[in-house]
Amino acid sequence: MALQTAAEIRALIARHKRWDVIFGVIGILCLSIGLLTFATLFVDMLIDGYARLRPEFFTEFPSRRAGQAGILSAWIGTIMVMLVTAAVAVPLGVAAGIYLEEYAPSNWMTHVIEINISNLAGVPSIVYGLLALGLFVYQFGLGQSVATAGLTLALLILPVVIVATREAIRAIPGAIREAAYALGATKWQVVQGHILPYSTGGILTGVIIGMARAIGETAPIITVGALTFIAFLPPSPIKAEPPFISFEWLMSPFTVMPIQIFNWTSRPDPAFQANAAAAGFILVFMTLAMNGLAIWLRYRIRRNIKW
Amino acid sequence: MADPKPALESLPLKAHAASLNFHYGTFQALKKIDMPIYDKRVTALIGPSGCGKSTFLRCFNRMHDLYPGNRYEGEIRLHPDNVNLLDRAVDPIEVRMRLSMVFQKPNPFPKTIFENIAYGLRVRGLNKRAVLEEKVEEALRGAALWNEVKDRLHEQAFNLSGGQQQRLCIARALATEPEILLFDEPTSALDPIATASIEELIAELKQKVTILIVTHNMQQAARVSDFTAYMYLGELIEFGWTDDIFIKPKNPQTEAYITGRFG
Amino acid sequence: MSGTLITHIPQAMSPSESRLAHRASRHVKEKIIESILFLAALVSVFTTLGIVYILVSESVVFFRHVPVWDFLTDTQWTPLFDDAHFGIVVLLSGTLVSSGVALVVAIPLGTVIAIYLSEFAGPRIRETVKPMLELLSGVPTIVYGYFALLFVTPLLQKFLPELPGFNLLSAGIVMGIMIIPTVSSIAEDAMRAVPMSLREGAYAMGSTRFQTATRVVVPAAFSGIMAAYILGISRAVGETMILAVAAGMQPNLTWNPMEPAATITAFIVQVALGDLPHGSVGYQTIFAAGLTLMLMTLVFNILGYWLRTKYRERY
Repeated sequence: MALQTAAEIRALIARHKRWDVIFGVIGILCLSIGLLTFATLFVDMLIDGYARLRPEFFTEFPSRRAGQAGILSAWIGTIMVMLVTAAVAVPLGVAAGIYLEEYAPSNWMTHVIEINISNLAGVPSIVYGLLALGLFVYQFGLGQSVATAGLTLALLILPVVIVATREAIRAIPGAIREAAYALGATKWQVVQGHILPYSTGGILTGVIIGMARAIGETAPIITVGALTFIAFLPPSPIKAEPPFISFEWLMSPFTVMPIQIFNWTSRPDPAFQANAAAAGFILVFMTLAMNGLAIWLRYRIRRNIKW
Repeated sequence: MADPKPALESLPLKAHAASLNFHYGTFQALKKIDMPIYDKRVTALIGPSGCGKSTFLRCFNRMHDLYPGNRYEGEIRLHPDNVNLLDRAVDPIEVRMRLSMVFQKPNPFPKTIFENIAYGLRVRGLNKRAVLEEKVEEALRGAALWNEVKDRLHEQAFNLSGGQQQRLCIARALATEPEILLFDEPTSALDPIATASIEELIAELKQKVTILIVTHNMQQAARVSDFTAYMYLGELIEFGWTDDIFIKPKNPQTEAYITGRFG
Repeated sequence: MSGTLITHIPQAMSPSESRLAHRASRHVKEKIIESILFLAALVSVFTTLGIVYILVSESVVFFRHVPVWDFLTDTQWTPLFDDAHFGIVVLLSGTLVSSGVALVVAIPLGTVIAIYLSEFAGPRIRETVKPMLELLSGVPTIVYGYFALLFVTPLLQKFLPELPGFNLLSAGIVMGIMIIPTVSSIAEDAMRAVPMSLREGAYAMGSTRFQTATRVVVPAAFSGIMAAYILGISRAVGETMILAVAAGMQPNLTWNPMEPAATITAFIVQVALGDLPHGSVGYQTIFAAGLTLMLMTLVFNILGYWLRTKYRERY
């Protein structure tokens, strides 16, 4: 004890430990600020929009009179756009993920693709909107349609799906692959019979998180040119007469939930803002449910799979 | 060591473990260990991997307190004040300020050489530049590193070689003038030349400080230690003067391990 | 499928002909599949190329009308007036001020949360809180915009009576809260990547938890924590809806967060909402604005990517 006496050391430790306690409190405080804000937001929307959360709200078109306006065209539009997004993003993303994990040689091309994906994940969503405006709307002539919006959001969530696929595949131990190869399987047989089935849960988690993000995206959809006032529905995909299926809806003008909320929020009349709150509550609820589902799935996968 | 050995009873004690048990959750890793640590001597802990030698070492500075589910029973008493290091009332931080540790892999902090050595002193609230400079030089000289680094004290410690890093960690441990220096396989990540320099250093350090060293290398134990303890499956099988243990072990298990028949 | 392909394989003429043919057809099938997967992976590259192509080609036309020098130095932004001015600084000021406010909120909160979760909280708290934080970042930004305009601004007005209905302050604060999970999760990852041996070294010297965290873990994870901040900045700069809703869309060269001002992103939204004819200079301004935005976030993203690889290499 050449430096200090035991009593001095004890006093010193007591002083230092006070900081442990103080920081512990500050940490919990900061966490609560984040989480409480979220709770406030959720409750605030519920209170503001509660009066409007009635069944008719889902079955009415937007209207000039706030009390009669509903989100029918918005939620149907959202579902249609999401269908296109999922149909494009899931196969492309999963295929790209499989390629990068199982096939890609370690060369400059692969490196470029990888850097590119991580960079795309950081591109602001409105830039995707500009891409879609220049490319899909004008150069491809898809116009301001469901197809354009769906494609735009698909590109937007592609990095999410790719990264989730790669992580899910990477979690499969090499021994499983070797076992399959040792039985004479080709690469694709290994992928089809082993890699894909075992990584489905993880991929699904990523897809859900990506879709939850797409469903709330507003900026790129505005840029593409969603209309804010739509009092009709896109043509039905199912027809009474042959061939029974129609793809006309893909080229239809549309609106989606976030656009409807934006439109109502920007109006000075508080009655419309109540509509915005009600629709916002529904949207938050939907994204929460999707994210919650994804988190639960991930938790289950982690618990059940022990390689 | 040809000179006659003094009687064990006449040697001053630095610490002793008394019926020490240790549990990782439900697994009992140490069983009823009684062992003396003599003052200003090097005591080596040997035994096959998983025998509990590192676990025992880490009881001395209460490292097990960092992880949940660990439990000590019995005592390790530090002399001369006879405090039980494992007592719940004793703050592990206080224990760690009195005993220093050098780890298996060199673990310099991401700071300059100077700040690495000064770290322990700063933690103790010493911040005077002049005092720090003096203590840092003293510690670096003590660890035989001063001549190599005196012109680059403010460079990052990561830039040193592995052996230098380990000597830096020894200097860091020395700077706070510890009562016991704990070594946990300090050379297992080093090449033979760096190992030799660390062993030389340990031989010098025992003039000033009590040393407890875990090693998986029996030749190393034979070279550097005065006393050796052989452990197996969490029990202390045999303890004695190092040359006694290596030349005429009393316990057949010890003999089997020493002669390389297992382990 | 093997039958049809035999004819294309002249060397398959040995006694084990059919087996070889089978192998060859399998080989072709495998190659086709690999090519399809490769093309899927290339889509992301084409996306980037598409973004660059669209932004640059439209901007080139724009810069034929507006000299780059004016774009960078003019202090007015009135692209839709007869006397049109195109000073990007005006929009940039809104972007920088709102991002600044967001960072003042997100950096301290995100850092403290990261340190708390990585070094202080037990595994149970960590496993409960992290998904909740993830939910926070999953809330649609339009909803945050509503919250900023109709909850936070009225609340702030109680303390700052002269605060206008549209302002950068409340948009920035809400944006900061939105970014907290980005900052905290990346910073926490970086801290958790610091090897346990370093922490043990610090504890063995008699450090408290707080000393270990602030003097050893945080410096060791420094580059990763910086990456967290930079990616947070990048998100703030590119954020659109919160600003379009709560900060107003009036171009305003100001460094005062208490004022309303349009950001680069809000301007793009404003133009997109209107009916500008395709090919007009007004239409092209949004691509020039978008290019500016893209370049800014690109710099941040590359810097963040580089810093993250740096800490991954070290441990």
